[in-house]
Amino acid sequence: MSITIHVDIVSTEREIYSGLVDAVFAPAVMGEVGIYPRHTPVLTPLKAGVIRVLVNGKEDNFYISGGILEVQPHVVTILADTAMRAADLDEAAALKAKLDAEHVLNNRDTNVGYAEARVKFTEALAQLRSIERMRKIAKNY
Amino acid sequence: MSRGKEIRNQIASIKNTQKITHAMEMVAASKMRKAQERMLAIRPYQDKIHHVIQHLVFAHPEYIHVYLQDRAEERRVGYVVISSDRGLCGGLNNNLFRIVLKHIKDKSDSGLEIDICTIGQKASNFFVRLPVNHIGQTVQLGDSPHVHELIGTVKIMIDAYKEGIIDSLYLAYNQFVNTMIQKNNIVKLLPVKPEESNEELSHHWDYIYEPNSKDVLDNLLVRYVESVVYQGVVENIACEQASRMVAMKSASDNAGDIIDDLQLVHNKARQAVITQEISEIVGGAAAV
Repeated sequence: MSITIHVDIVSTEREIYSGLVDAVFAPAVMGEVGIYPRHTPVLTPLKAGVIRVLVNGKEDNFYISGGILEVQPHVVTILADTAMRAADLDEAAALKAKLDAEHVLNNRDTNVGYAEARVKFTEALAQLRSIERMRKIAKNY
Repeated sequence: MSRGKEIRNQIASIKNTQKITHAMEMVAASKMRKAQERMLAIRPYQDKIHHVIQHLVFAHPEYIHVYLQDRAEERRVGYVVISSDRGLCGGLNNNLFRIVLKHIKDKSDSGLEIDICTIGQKASNFFVRLPVNHIGQTVQLGDSPHVHELIGTVKIMIDAYKEGIIDSLYLAYNQFVNTMIQKNNIVKLLPVKPEESNEELSHHWDYIYEPNSKDVLDNLLVRYVESVVYQGVVENIACEQASRMVAMKSASDNAGDIIDDLQLVHNKARQAVITQEISEIVGGAAAV
């Protein structure tokens, strides 16, 4: 039996892959890395791309939009992102949550209309996000 | 028969209420099933990131990240409190708020200041009234929240921690044990602490960080905190539905009891009227 390494690929929504493999290749931020059994411990963020898993000479592919790779000598863990992230989007979301709290503090009586407005605003934000995502995918291909 | 009609009206109105509570019970039961599925779906991720973080605590990096460091003195603590958006779910939110208040009181008695971020309408309504520093909120998450909706609230707290404004961060939420039992829970998120000693990792070792340890750890720990908070939110939704289901079931049962009682009173009143009429007729006939 050949030497194998255990690979777990998980996202917040589900477990994507789990099993013993011969090798795994992942798109790290500094360039693609190939991990074989007994690799030294590594911790690195991943960028959007394809994870290739080599089992018995056959390849399996998984698309991820980013995440984190942890390598321990006998186990590789890939934490895939589901939320598309960008520094400025995070910033905007933080700002919004802050403003929300302030607004409610200042106008305690207007709760009802405000809740509605807020729902609309979140929807708009979600739309903006999906546009962003489309743009990114278009750029990659 | 005016008394009888009054009681009949009352019975009808309670029957309507019972229909509503029964419907809410059914809805909560089906939503609870979905919420439980969502809760189970993120468990693998949660387990794995937890493992990674625990490995990390045992690593010996040349640079100790702020998330892993104990602050020499605590001056200010942060809380993220998760509640439901809607009421009618028994004592779920109030029980949680009570233990949070107790926790906060312990802290403020020892001279610490408090920052609070709330998730959910009920928590936001509750903590706005208190003399604490309410620095962020997220409301109206719905039944299937997405991680990106929580990023804002979480980032406020993480930034505050990074800048040294708060010295530790707690998360308060309801933990789903089973349909009947929900445990209110306060956990310490930051700084990250090792849970148990790990023989395998106790030797001197460290990761290779690419591009550098600070960026990688920033990245990882933000995701860790987010995923813990997300899990809290998802569990809290499952708790909310379970608790609502139980509360609505007992409300329907109580409505049934009241209807039975009223029915009895109604029948007695009806009987009394008939008896009275008969005795009047008999009395009248005797007089003739």
